Amino acid sequence: MIINHPILGPRDSQEFTYLGDASLIDRPDWQAEDAADQFHDYLYLRDNPAGEHRELWFHEQGDRSWLVVTRNTVTHEILNVELARDVARARGRSK
Amino acid sequence: MRYSGLKVIKEALTGHKGWRPTWRDPEPKKSYDVVIIGGGGHGLATAYYLAKNHGITNVAVIEKGWIGGGNVGRNTTIIRSNYLLDGNEPFYELSLKLWEGLEQDFNYNAMVSQRGILNLVHTDAQRDAARRRGNAMILNGSDAELLDTDGVRAMYPFLNFNNARFPIKGGLLHRRGGTVRHDAVAWGYARGADLRGVDIIQNCEVTGFKIENGKCLGVETTKGFIGANKVASCVAGSSSRVMEKAGMRLPIESHVLQAFVSEGLKPVLDGVITFGAGHFYCSQSDKGGLVFGGDLDMYNSYAQRGNLPVVEDVMEGGMALIPALGRVRMLRSWGGIMDMSMDGSPFIDKTHIDGLYFNGGWCYGGFKATPASGWCYAHLLATDTPHKVATAYRLDRFRRGCMIDEKGQGAQPNLH
Repeated sequence: MIINHPILGPRDSQEFTYLGDASLIDRPDWQAEDAADQFHDYLYLRDNPAGEHRELWFHEQGDRSWLVVTRNTVTHEILNVELARDVARARGRSK
Repeated sequence: MRYSGLKVIKEALTGHKGWRPTWRDPEPKKSYDVVIIGGGGHGLATAYYLAKNHGITNVAVIEKGWIGGGNVGRNTTIIRSNYLLDGNEPFYELSLKLWEGLEQDFNYNAMVSQRGILNLVHTDAQRDAARRRGNAMILNGSDAELLDTDGVRAMYPFLNFNNARFPIKGGLLHRRGGTVRHDAVAWGYARGADLRGVDIIQNCEVTGFKIENGKCLGVETTKGFIGANKVASCVAGSSSRVMEKAGMRLPIESHVLQAFVSEGLKPVLDGVITFGAGHFYCSQSDKGGLVFGGDLDMYNSYAQRGNLPVVEDVMEGGMALIPALGRVRMLRSWGGIMDMSMDGSPFIDKTHIDGLYFNGGWCYGGFKATPASGWCYAHLLATDTPHKVATAYRLDRFRRGCMIDEKGQGAQPNLH
């Protein structure tokens, strides 16, 4: 697979390591009333779809940036690549 | 269909025209006591033991494609009972004991071959871990022997003992481990279940569940609605896709694992060798091909095929361990989809929906578990209590902090 890095251009997927579902960006509020339930679901449950999947890749052998890659889990086709930083900021996170 | 030596000779002399299908091809009835979703090894074993151990024969196994077309036909055929943790090892030891009597039990040749499995060690720390694991195995009734370098050399002189990064310092030998003719496992269980009255319904996909007031009443399928007192999902690899139809999210990711077969060779490797440090393991099939594999491709996938970087990685591991492999041509490679669970261990449990049961999360260890998985799932379905060796395989174990994490990797499915 070739991942089209937003800054560096097309890179071999071997340069990256894979973390998992991009929902891991949305860490729950630890002060919420139901924080234990929220953290259980956040840490252990996954949608695991067949089809489009937004996921976190780390450019370990490159510029060490985190990316959000939208990829089809049935065909392995990569549909979109964003910097995880941009995605997190768009969701109101400060850094 | 009954088999005998006499029948084989008779058919050989009369053009093999007398063989009949081994199981029926029935249309689904309106309802069953138990509907099992998934005609793989585990689903068929569950049906077989429901009928044989518990006398429950009003059972259907519903399969999207053809039976044995999923992971039971796509694995590297290894059986073993060499786990460390108390939640796991009694279960896998039961499984190995069932393998040992399986062919007599279902009267079908599954070519169970206890040719031994050797896990190589390369460092003092790995030897300590192997010794600890071996002791845990022995305490649970399994067998283990710790070999030194000379012990390994006597078995497999052709290994590269002086690899600069991973010199071979010994190994943990599990003599009762081995290999099985994987397709025959599906066929043997299918035949045994069918003979006892179980309906095996192929080319019938489950499209939804009928759930009312918290109770599962049956399944919607491409052949219409089928009612059931109990619905048992058994579709490892596709668990999330099926259980999503019941509104459940699972502690599972689906990943692709590749495997490889070389051209046929004369006998060179009489057991199974695992080279964990190099992400490579290998055995030789009775046809002569070397059967080997390595790591997951590491990303979520439902594709049943992997990518080239892992092919290269596996070949490098193989060359590092057995330099002579460089003379061998690779014949085939394929991929299977694994239910990778959050702690690397499986589930055999009720769900929060009355009448709906779940079996899955087998990671890349589902094949060896087939007999015990069917045995324990049938026990759960028949008695509504978990079998004593499967009490740890609960869906709520993460909430309770009772993970069964053999490798201590935490909630990162591709590292288990």
